[in-house]
Amino acid sequence: MEAETTTDIKWVLACYASDVPENGGACVKYEEEQIAVFNFTRRGEWFATQNLCPHKQQMVLSRGMIGSTGEECEPKVACPFHKKTFSLISGECLSGDEYQIKTYPVKLEGDKVYIGIRSTT
Amino acid sequence: MVNEKPTIVVVGNGMVGYKFCEKLVSKTDAYQVIVFGDEPRPAYDRVHLSEYFSGKTADDLLMNTLDWYSENNISLHLNDPVQEINPEAKTVHSLKGEVIKYDYLVLATGSSAFVPDIPGVEKEGVFVYRTIEDLELISAYAKNAKNGAVMGGGLLGLEAAKALIDLGLNETHVIEFAPRLMPRQIDQPGSTMLQMKLKELGLQIHLNKSTSEIAGEGKITALNFADDSSLPVDMLVISAGIRPRDELAKLAGLHVGNRGGIVVNEMMQTSDPSIFAIGECALHEGMIYGLVAPGYEMAEVVVSKITGGEREFHGFDMSTKLKLIGVDVASFGDPFINEPDCRTIALEDTSKGIYKRINITKDGKSLLGGVLIGDAEDYNMLLQTVKNNIALPPNPEDLILGTRGGESTEGGAGVMNLPEEALICSCESITKGAICCKVRDEGITTVDGIKKATKAGTGCGGCIPMVKDLVIGTMKEQGMYVKNVLCEHFDYSRQELMDLIKMNNVRSYDEALDHYGRGDGCEVCKPAVAAILSSLWNDLIVKQQPIQDSNDRYLANIQKGGTYSVVPRIPGGEITPEKLIVIGQVAQKYNLYTKITGGQRIDLFGAHVNDLPAIWEELIDAGFESGHAYGKSLRTVKSCVGSTWCRFGLQDSVSFAIEVEERYKGIRSPHKLKGGVSGCIRECAEAQAKDFGIIATEKGWNLYVCGNGGSKPQHAQLIAADVDKETCIKYLDRFLMFYIKTADPLARTATWLNKMEGGLSYLKNVVVNDSLGIGEQLEEEIQHLINSYHCEWTEVVRNPELRKQFSHFVNAPEEKDPTIEFDSMREQIKAKEW
Repeated sequence: MEAETTTDIKWVLACYASDVPENGGACVKYEEEQIAVFNFTRRGEWFATQNLCPHKQQMVLSRGMIGSTGEECEPKVACPFHKKTFSLISGECLSGDEYQIKTYPVKLEGDKVYIGIRSTT
Repeated sequence: MVNEKPTIVVVGNGMVGYKFCEKLVSKTDAYQVIVFGDEPRPAYDRVHLSEYFSGKTADDLLMNTLDWYSENNISLHLNDPVQEINPEAKTVHSLKGEVIKYDYLVLATGSSAFVPDIPGVEKEGVFVYRTIEDLELISAYAKNAKNGAVMGGGLLGLEAAKALIDLGLNETHVIEFAPRLMPRQIDQPGSTMLQMKLKELGLQIHLNKSTSEIAGEGKITALNFADDSSLPVDMLVISAGIRPRDELAKLAGLHVGNRGGIVVNEMMQTSDPSIFAIGECALHEGMIYGLVAPGYEMAEVVVSKITGGEREFHGFDMSTKLKLIGVDVASFGDPFINEPDCRTIALEDTSKGIYKRINITKDGKSLLGGVLIGDAEDYNMLLQTVKNNIALPPNPEDLILGTRGGESTEGGAGVMNLPEEALICSCESITKGAICCKVRDEGITTVDGIKKATKAGTGCGGCIPMVKDLVIGTMKEQGMYVKNVLCEHFDYSRQELMDLIKMNNVRSYDEALDHYGRGDGCEVCKPAVAAILSSLWNDLIVKQQPIQDSNDRYLANIQKGGTYSVVPRIPGGEITPEKLIVIGQVAQKYNLYTKITGGQRIDLFGAHVNDLPAIWEELIDAGFESGHAYGKSLRTVKSCVGSTWCRFGLQDSVSFAIEVEERYKGIRSPHKLKGGVSGCIRECAEAQAKDFGIIATEKGWNLYVCGNGGSKPQHAQLIAADVDKETCIKYLDRFLMFYIKTADPLARTATWLNKMEGGLSYLKNVVVNDSLGIGEQLEEEIQHLINSYHCEWTEVVRNPELRKQFSHFVNAPEEKDPTIEFDSMREQIKAKEW
């Protein structure tokens, strides 16, 4: 993968925008990690989270349905297994459980989709 | 700043101790609350303890999280039992050395398991059933045990027996000293019926057995009984009753009963007025209450006393309803009163395993109590009838037999006739008036809303059906428009939305959301709209990919571990040897687990998403088609072999099943659809358990509809008798299209019919007599769907763009998900446990 470095976020080329279905997700392999990237066409936004659903430890969030909830229209993804939903912004579980998933910043340059990996050092 | 507020110390963090805190902080924040618990975790739901073995975790069982305690400024000391109370100095002393001065002290120390004094109780392999720690010990020991026994056939004992069954012991025995099970709740015939049901479930029951010795060298190997018989077992769980934990109170000089329990008055005050006792440790008028609902009421009484209220405790109704190992058991009012003090009506049906008994006054005017085994659906209404002394109908037997002859009356009406003060939720003591008031004055119209606003239904949950009926009943009374909206994004019911989409020729989800919805949609409305679009236009399902359920998105069912299953269509269950061989070869090549399904086809499990197109390509080349097992659509039409081979067969059921399956395959519906065709009344195809069932007669075919297997089995009902094939299909066309157009999302045909006003006779009128005059239209609509059938997998396999979507990593399409792992079992693969 190509990589470019800014101060504390490393931007990694994940895939091409046209590879990710509209209003849907895809899974990106980054080193040993699996990252779910969501093309939220309806909102004109992109999001990324861990692909692992913490409920039953399944690598499936990229296959989940996305949508929004509440007055504020908080964007969310629903795990296909048991419909636990997670905020695409904060990673907080919205269906009442104490789970938290990792979220990543996403930026677009032309058709290229970059995911921001925060350096751990 | 410390301790300016008066202090309440709570000793014990069980369900009742917790409930006291919850009720207190919801009323006042004028007190500093300090809680001591001797267990390592905060209060958990002991009522549902046995669910720990059927997959719930300790966390799932918690009454509330640790954060809740800190958010409400409750200081919680876990693992720190109080050792001493000094009533003069008003202090408590904990094991870890905390000394706290209290203004009020609440003892909620609960009870411990009563262990009878039998030689050998100290042996390895003997347990009690009380805490999560006990469960962990039992569960660890059970791994090396074959046969287990539970001593005590009461409520808790049977729960413990369920736990042993769940742990996979070969044999589970229940030993009861009394001549019947649950001697405090049910009568002899009830016990006999319960025994019969439990035996079917693999439980061995021994009554009238007094255990004289627990035998074994160091660890238990057998139970010896007073009648000189013996039973070899590797483990024993003792559940012989409870003993109130009153030691602390006794030590402090508080008045305790001769047989245990801290004596309290109607304000739950002990002999020291600033010390209260609640729950199973409290002795009120000679009674220990071993249920959670009276404990909660006691907590309420103390909160009322502390905050200046006037609530008092005057005994508590011990009516209970529970599901024991899948069998409904209920007892209410006075279950044991006998003739000549009352009149008793009993119903015993050994074929269904149902026993019902009601005791009524001699004048036949009021209900006194009763017992229900096997079917406790009427429990709530019967209990309310006792509690509110509601006048009985002229034929009181209708209460347990149901009205016979004529259509049954609407279920919800009864609840609305209850008086305002009728207690609906006895766990939280919420009245009918309180619930209806929330609907009327605050406009709360959902069960969830009522739960939040009143806490009704948050305890055992048994009252939720009544709460729901009350909400709907009150709304109707208020002239509010009762409707089932899809979700927060659409203010329409499924049927309304379907009409809008059809009339305005809407072709995509986004278009529907733009015109009739708001926000960005969700996992509820997306698949519902997708199903509507499919039912109306029958477009290729993969074209609407991201609004499909995951199963529809990959045209396969997602399974544990993230792999998928593959189910080719095998119409009517008929398959050639050549095709069977192909299935075997494909399974072998892609390392798939194979199993025959309940619908007479073959399920192939464990396929990587990347392999799906290749697997299907091979199957399609051999002449298979998609089985639509992933869709809300027709699954299978099961058949028996029929007149072609069977010596009893009246008609060719296989040919008819194939014809019907081919006709309706691929049509999207609100939920899955299953069918069956039997060649004679022996009904080997189990057609009456299906959404539609056809059974051959001498003269033609009988058509049954709206049956269901699953968790709430229901027989399909006859709507047409002795009709020919063409008529049968015409009625089926109408029936299916009427269902597709009017049912709520995810409502099976049985649920749809149960909710339909007018019920079966209405449905029959629409389908058979065409009472709405829409018969022809329904037939045309379904014909359109039949004509536009396509095999979704064939289209994917032939389309490289669609095939590309079947990869796990978008940036490494060839790579499979490396986290997928399999175990092996009986020479095949098995998904790794999660």
